[in-house]
Amino acid sequence: MSQTGNNQVVISGVGVISALGNGIEPLWEAMLEGRTGLKRIERFDPSGFASQVAGVLSEDEFKVRKIVPKSHRKATKVMCRDTELAVGAAAAAVENAGITTAGMSDEPPTIDPNRMGCHIGAGLISAEVNELGAALVTSKKDDGSFDLDHWGREGMQNLSPLWLLKYLPNMLACHVTIVHDCRGPSNTITCCEASSGLSIAESRRVIQRGDADACLSGGAEDRVNPLALFRQLCTGRLVKTDGSGDMTTIVRPFADDASGTIIGEGGGILLIEDTTSCKNRGGSPWCTIDGIGCRQSSTDSPLEVDSRAIESAINKAMSEADCNPCDIDLIVPFGSGIPNIDAAELEGLTSIFGEALQDIPTIITIPYTGNCMAGNGAICVGVAAKAIKEQMVPARIGTEKTNGINAFKCNATKTSINRVLVVTPSEGGQCVAIILGRIDP
Amino acid sequence: MTRVVVTGMGWITPLGNDLDTVWKRMCNGESAIALIDRFDASSFPTKFAGQVRDFDWTQYVKDADVHRQPAMNSQFALGAAKQAWEQSGLGSFDALDRDRTGIYLGAGEGVLDFSAHSMIDTHSWDVEDGKVDPVAWAKFASNQLDEWGEVEQEPNMPLWHLAREYGLRGPAFNCLTACAASTQAIGEATSVLIGGDADVMLAGGTHTMLHALGITGFNRLTALSTFDGDPKKASKPFSRDRGGFVMGEGSGMLVLETLDHALARGATPLAEIVGFGSSADAYRITDLHPEGRGPSAAMKNALAQAGIDAQTPTNNPPVQYISAHGTSTQENDFIETMAIKLAFGDNAPKVPISSIKSMMGHLIAAAGSVELITCIMSIQTNMLVPTINLDNPDPELDLDYIPNVARKAQVDCCLSNSFGFGGQNNTLVVKRYE
Repeated sequence: MSQTGNNQVVISGVGVISALGNGIEPLWEAMLEGRTGLKRIERFDPSGFASQVAGVLSEDEFKVRKIVPKSHRKATKVMCRDTELAVGAAAAAVENAGITTAGMSDEPPTIDPNRMGCHIGAGLISAEVNELGAALVTSKKDDGSFDLDHWGREGMQNLSPLWLLKYLPNMLACHVTIVHDCRGPSNTITCCEASSGLSIAESRRVIQRGDADACLSGGAEDRVNPLALFRQLCTGRLVKTDGSGDMTTIVRPFADDASGTIIGEGGGILLIEDTTSCKNRGGSPWCTIDGIGCRQSSTDSPLEVDSRAIESAINKAMSEADCNPCDIDLIVPFGSGIPNIDAAELEGLTSIFGEALQDIPTIITIPYTGNCMAGNGAICVGVAAKAIKEQMVPARIGTEKTNGINAFKCNATKTSINRVLVVTPSEGGQCVAIILGRIDP
Repeated sequence: MTRVVVTGMGWITPLGNDLDTVWKRMCNGESAIALIDRFDASSFPTKFAGQVRDFDWTQYVKDADVHRQPAMNSQFALGAAKQAWEQSGLGSFDALDRDRTGIYLGAGEGVLDFSAHSMIDTHSWDVEDGKVDPVAWAKFASNQLDEWGEVEQEPNMPLWHLAREYGLRGPAFNCLTACAASTQAIGEATSVLIGGDADVMLAGGTHTMLHALGITGFNRLTALSTFDGDPKKASKPFSRDRGGFVMGEGSGMLVLETLDHALARGATPLAEIVGFGSSADAYRITDLHPEGRGPSAAMKNALAQAGIDAQTPTNNPPVQYISAHGTSTQENDFIETMAIKLAFGDNAPKVPISSIKSMMGHLIAAAGSVELITCIMSIQTNMLVPTINLDNPDPELDLDYIPNVARKAQVDCCLSNSFGFGGQNNTLVVKRYE
């Protein structure tokens, strides 16, 4: 099977959507100011749940119908929130990259649709309980039990015919490929928090083997609904909170008193592009993708991560990037505030960087956006790309004091950034390390 | 150039749980489709499926306790992987570098506890508000749902179970592109090997949607057959009276290795993966592109990658068998036939094609891996399995679908198609190892 070389790959468009707004700019501005997007859940009454805080994007700030072409507006009715977020982030990435796509413009597409791929990480999309409940309740017997016989004969007819299509994980990529007419390789990676990073790895591999010139790549997820929130509570990874108190310190990455993470909705889609393709169209890349390492933990529980896998992924990424630990100017760790995951991450990072880890600045997004699961890694990569572009490390919130890692509360700082390491370990044990590089001015 | 070979295969299917049994039954043209007995489907529009039977996952693992209670998709994956691992000889290869042994699966989600969810949603329903009371919902959920069972819903859980069972620490991915997932997983696993990031990849798929909500969802889509006769006759790809697909379940797993690695440890290559093509329809969420644009692109890309000229007219086409996606829906079988003609030109009528979904139903995310194994079994045995229930051919579908009876043939190269809801299309080309 033929496979061509290791063409250099760049990020040439960034679309991020989070509790702090639609686009990378509102998130970046909030991070410069140290302003969190976390607050008590208002989408539904969370009083019955042990964790009542989330990162939620205001419905006023984002309406998917406004950003899809007229021909696709009807299809928005069968989009779940995860798909809406992916479609929103993809539109932002396309606009940011300065390209035209067939679905968005009458102008000829900048990139040949047959050479445009799409790899979007997605989560276990939880059915909306109101939608499913409205159908199920029609098959409730007088004694309160559920009548499966009635459900089969009549009850299921109360579900929309396209109900299932709303919740298939590959519908994020499906809608994005239709809107932007991406006909190249398309995939949907479903590896919890590692989904975005693995999608970016796959886009890069597809471009490097010559099967595409560019790919829309990243991930998105919404866990802010009763079923998804419940499922995360089952993992024991969420902060128990009724929503009172200081929202900037509710997630405390790498702190001794960290007690878990907070869910969020959001994600990021990036335009990943072959360097030559980007140059030929006159694009302005944000940064290069110099190396990626993907490794699996071999642990006794899927809720644990092996520091060895993190270390191995970083070593692989550094090997591809042909760099050493001393070349890394900035780290964007997962920093979830989940004690055992933070500990594994710290151990993995320390094994690479040693005591120097305390001197390398970090950016940690979860105290701002919540853990956006399949979309989280792409938010991290988007923010890392922005940091390279601005030569700036935004403010950190969440933790007053950390041991062994430079992750405590601080203000934004201007600094020289040539290489950034983004690390994402996930529920299920997959680990991704990505190294981004500055493009010579 | 790095070559990638298959050194181990295994499957858990409605037709049986080992290579030989399933192969013999397919060569005999047997059907595994029967009435569903996992839940009471007697009032559902579709009452039959291809169900895995007589399978005990604990017989396929070293220590069942470390896996706690795997969801059914993980159970199937463990069963299929054990067969593949043993056939590859890796179980006795002490020098295996597990940091360079990865996993790429196309695995579906775990099985939703429909009984509990229906109770929770209906009991927390607020009639006045016309919606679920989330406070009551949370209370009922805490009482009714098994926490570990909910964790097992994540589609990457089979990945963890396999990594745990075999101590694998290399690159690990799970993709879920509906019915195209495991073909895509095997194709991308091959790409990982060629890229040099691993020596060995365990690749394949696993899935079951054979539960009340899964059948409900596909019934509402009107994608499932509602055939009102002998269930064994329900799945009839390429027939004039085909009426939708029949649900199946199971897993197919393959051990892929670089040829150098396989030969260095004395393994026997079973076949070589020589081509992988992937495309997106980018058309509609419910329909295939009417000109077969996506599927034909996937086939053409895979053939090009394999260096195969499929279109120059010849009496001896370079591909001797196509494992069709062949779902038995009106749309798929028509479009796939059109796409095969686009990819193979005048050679299309000379290439035998069959759909094993006629015998075991549609294994959804796992379908592609089981169908690729079928291709490799064809190469090993020089037998082509049939499309059964093809008694009433559709006159518009005019290719050689190997109707009803298996056929002996010299088989050196096969192509396997998988197309997913949502427009993802994937094709693999596999050859006899030389």
